[in-house]
Amino acid sequence: MIVADKKPIEEIIEVIKDHDKILVLGCNECVTVCEAGGKKEVEILASALRMYFLNNGKEMVIDEHTLERQCDHEYLEEVRDRIDQYDAVLSLACGVGVQFMAEKYHSTPIYPGVNTCFLGATEQRGLWTERCQACGECMLATTGGICPVSRCAKRILNGPCGGSSNGKCELGKEVDCAWHLIVERLKALGRLDDYEKVCSIKDWSTDRAGGPRKVIREDVQV
Amino acid sequence: MRLEYPTNIRIVLVPCTGKVDIIHILRSFEKGADGVYVVGCMEGSCQFISGNIRARKRVEQAQEILDKIGVGGGRVQMYNLSAGEGTHFAKFAVEMEEKIRGLGPNPVKNSKKNLAA
Ligand code: SF4
Repeated sequence: MIVADKKPIEEIIEVIKDHDKILVLGCNECVTVCEAGGKKEVEILASALRMYFLNNGKEMVIDEHTLERQCDHEYLEEVRDRIDQYDAVLSLACGVGVQFMAEKYHSTPIYPGVNTCFLGATEQRGLWTERCQACGECMLATTGGICPVSRCAKRILNGPCGGSSNGKCELGKEVDCAWHLIVERLKALGRLDDYEKVCSIKDWSTDRAGGPRKVIREDVQV
Repeated sequence: MRLEYPTNIRIVLVPCTGKVDIIHILRSFEKGADGVYVVGCMEGSCQFISGNIRARKRVEQAQEILDKIGVGGGRVQMYNLSAGEGTHFAKFAVEMEEKIRGLGPNPVKNSKKNLAA
C-alpha cells in the first residue's frame, strides 16, 4: 500500500489560516490502514483545528468527510455538489488523491494534509517499511523475492557492495543489507545459482527516469 | 465505602479504557470540558490485555495535540488503579479537580463565549 505520515499540525495551520470554510477530506484506503488519513484522523484533525482557531479568535467552519477513495473519479464525484461551499479542501489522501482532486475541482485549493512516503508494508502496528519503488519492471523473481531497487540504498543490481557488514548496510546498523538478505533467501531456497547470474543493465526507462508513467490497457478500456 | 469526591466530575462508563479514543477526549474539550481524565486498571492486569496501555498512548497523543493548539495537555491525565482501590478513585478525582482549578477554565469555552458576544 501507499504509506503516508501525518503532517505537523503547525504546518497545516499555516496553510489554511486565511480561509474561513474548510473541508477535511479523508480516504478509506491506504492512508486509513497506515493511520494517517482515514476517518479517525479526519475527526481528530478537524476537532483540533476548530479548537485552535477558536482559541485564536476565529470561528472557522471545518467540516469532515471521508471518501472510499480519492484516486477514482466516481468517489471524487460524491463531493461535487458541496465543494463550492468551501474555500479549500484539506485532503488527507496520498499525493495521488490530492492531485486527482485538484484536477477535478479547478477553482478550489486542495491542500495536502499528510506526507506521502513510500510503497510499503505494515510490519507491525505503528511500523511501516518500504518494499517497492514501482520501477516498472519487476525483478523479484531472480532476487529471492527481495527488492534491491527499494531496499538497497545504492540500488545495486549485483550486490552487495563493500559496505555490507554482518548483514547490515553501511548506512547504519538499523538498516539490513538488501543483498545480504537476498543471498540468505536464495540459500534457503536452494537457488544460489541465481546469485551467480550477472544481472544485465536494467532498463530504467520504465522507472521515474523515463518521466511520468502511464499504464494503458486497451483490453479493459470501454 | 461512601467516599466523597468532587461533584463537578461527570463519569462516562466504558467497557475498558481501550475503548477511549483521542477523538472522545478532544470532543470533550470542544464541548467545553475543563479537563478529562481516564481511570484504567493497573498496567499488566487488563482483561483485554492492552486496553489500558492503548488508553495511555491515546492520552499522551491527546496531550500533545492539546499542547499544540493552546488548550494545554495538562488538562488530560491517565490514572491506573485496581478494582479494590476505591480510595484511590476518590483521591484521583480530588487531585484532578485541584489541578484543573489551578489551570482555569478551558480556553475554547471562553473563546466561544467571546465570539458569540
Ligand atoms: S550495504 Fe547492501 S544495502 Fe547497503 S548499499 Fe551496499 S549492497 Fe546496498
